[in-house]
Amino acid sequence: MSYAVETRDLTRVFAGKKHRFRRKRTADEADEHLGPVTALDGVSIQIREGELFGMLGPNGAGKTTLIKILATLLLPTSGQAFVAGHDVAKDPFPIRQRINMVSGGETSGYGLLTARENVWMFSQFYGVPSRVSKARIDELMHVFGLWDKRDAKVRMLSTGQRQKMNMIRGFVTDPDILFLDEPTLGLDVNAARIIREYVLNWVRSQKGKTVLLTTHYMAEADQMCDRIAIIDKGKILACDTPEALKRMIRTETTFRLEVDAIRDTASFSSMQGVKNFSLTNDIGTNRSHLTFILEDEGPVAEILSLITSQGKKVHSLQKSEPTLEDVFISMVGRGFE
Amino acid sequence: MNTYWRTFKVAAWLGWEMDSNWTEPWLFVIYSVVKPVAGAFILVLMYVVFVAIGRPQGDPAAFSYLYIGNSFFIFVASVLFGTFQVIQSDREWYQTIRYVYISPISYYVYIVGRAASKVAVSSFAVAITLLFGVFFLNVSIQLSWTAIPMFLAATALGLTVLLAIGICLGGISFLTAKHTHGLAEGIPGLFYVFCGVLFPLSVLPSWGRAIGQGIPLTYWFDITRRLLAPSLGVDTTLTGYDDLTILLLLLVSSIAFFALSILIFKTGEYFARKAGKIDMTTSY
Repeated sequence: MSYAVETRDLTRVFAGKKHRFRRKRTADEADEHLGPVTALDGVSIQIREGELFGMLGPNGAGKTTLIKILATLLLPTSGQAFVAGHDVAKDPFPIRQRINMVSGGETSGYGLLTARENVWMFSQFYGVPSRVSKARIDELMHVFGLWDKRDAKVRMLSTGQRQKMNMIRGFVTDPDILFLDEPTLGLDVNAARIIREYVLNWVRSQKGKTVLLTTHYMAEADQMCDRIAIIDKGKILACDTPEALKRMIRTETTFRLEVDAIRDTASFSSMQGVKNFSLTNDIGTNRSHLTFILEDEGPVAEILSLITSQGKKVHSLQKSEPTLEDVFISMVGRGFE
Repeated sequence: MNTYWRTFKVAAWLGWEMDSNWTEPWLFVIYSVVKPVAGAFILVLMYVVFVAIGRPQGDPAAFSYLYIGNSFFIFVASVLFGTFQVIQSDREWYQTIRYVYISPISYYVYIVGRAASKVAVSSFAVAITLLFGVFFLNVSIQLSWTAIPMFLAATALGLTVLLAIGICLGGISFLTAKHTHGLAEGIPGLFYVFCGVLFPLSVLPSWGRAIGQGIPLTYWFDITRRLLAPSLGVDTTLTGYDDLTILLLLLVSSIAFFALSILIFKTGEYFARKAGKIDMTTSY
């Protein structure tokens, strides 16, 4: 079977920076900056044609590195990657004819051109006939709510409007394979919803369109993707449909607690029956949010007792259905934040 | 071939928009005329200083030599910097390089296309400077009809060499951070001194002459001056060569530099892709 995207044991290591002429680093700085960074570590995935595939992981997990390699921007250190059957390292040109990419949270664009001109120009690089391109741009400008700004110079657009323009740039060439790297990052709720709906409709309504979506929004991945790979520190931890991933921990029990801010959580790790847990602190309310993945409900009383023994108040306790975040916590022992 | 032409056409359009679209058309036309005229006055000032230092009686041939050389140097400064800064500006300023790079184009041709508008704008500036010199500063220019084909051929080859050198610098800039724009400013400075722009190579020490004769632009400036002002009679180190030989030397060196530019550009591109520097941005 041929895949739209396939990687085999893909590894990417970024060399550490060497500043030969800079002052000597302190030990802390050296720990932080020097030495190679393994962004991808033996990643093997197969994405079928027509699939909306999600790559879910926290910041720095290796999602963008993977997309850069697949989009022919970056060479792998070892392993292989194929897009539309072509090797990204050896044969990038036929790949480029069939792909496009959009990265969220960035404000790229030629400021002296209008939004329409910017998108049109990129479509010309792909050989889209000018008349077809202009019709598509007008349609997409309406869909993404940028019609009123179509003739505004890009330098006059807000960050969100530029992001919408870049989404249009991604779709105007009607690629077979689209790489969306955190496409809704920083967008308002409504704009994010429009983008999600458009992407879903684009994949579902046309045969053979494939999307690789990276995100760290659990709900986005859950709602949109046919399959999801969970990635952390460059490694794929699991890869399946959202339902199947959640089923993996359905035998376990998820409890969420809101308590007065706590610091000492070491005791939770050693508690029998606690498979994993995560802690996030809300500085605004001075409270902590704890998520526990438990083998059963047995340890709940002990957890509550431990918290109250520290003089902390439990504000809420909730047993919940597992989410993708719970899957991640169960595997890694921490949340995304 | 279709990909190359498509790339060139769109990149040239983009370059032209970037160069001309920053203001109203009428203001752009005024700017395009005033800038080279102002440059001509700087040349007059330089000449006055030279005369005051060395030749109190003045030397019209030397002034014409200096004036023509500097007029054509407008191409060097503009095209070299314009070519070099395509990667830097797309990467750092517009942050579009990743999307241009992953599109199905020839990135080499894209840079040539972007530089094409610099050639067009510079051609206008060179023409204005020369006309101003002829009509207001008594610069001696006598381009005969029979010399026009050779002049056009020499100009085309000279511009090819310039683009090739610019693309070599572009290949290097794939791997460097934004502060290396000094490279694109320093290299033209070297050409200004060693290529017979301001003064003939014959006044340089032997090592300076050797450097000058190794740079194709020297031949371009020499033959351009010979064709535009055949009566100048200034001694250069190339005086012994006839026009065709110099044109041939320019042709051979432009082919060599074109091949070199592909090699350096592709090498720079490969190492940038390997190191993850194609779309790097610097935060300092």
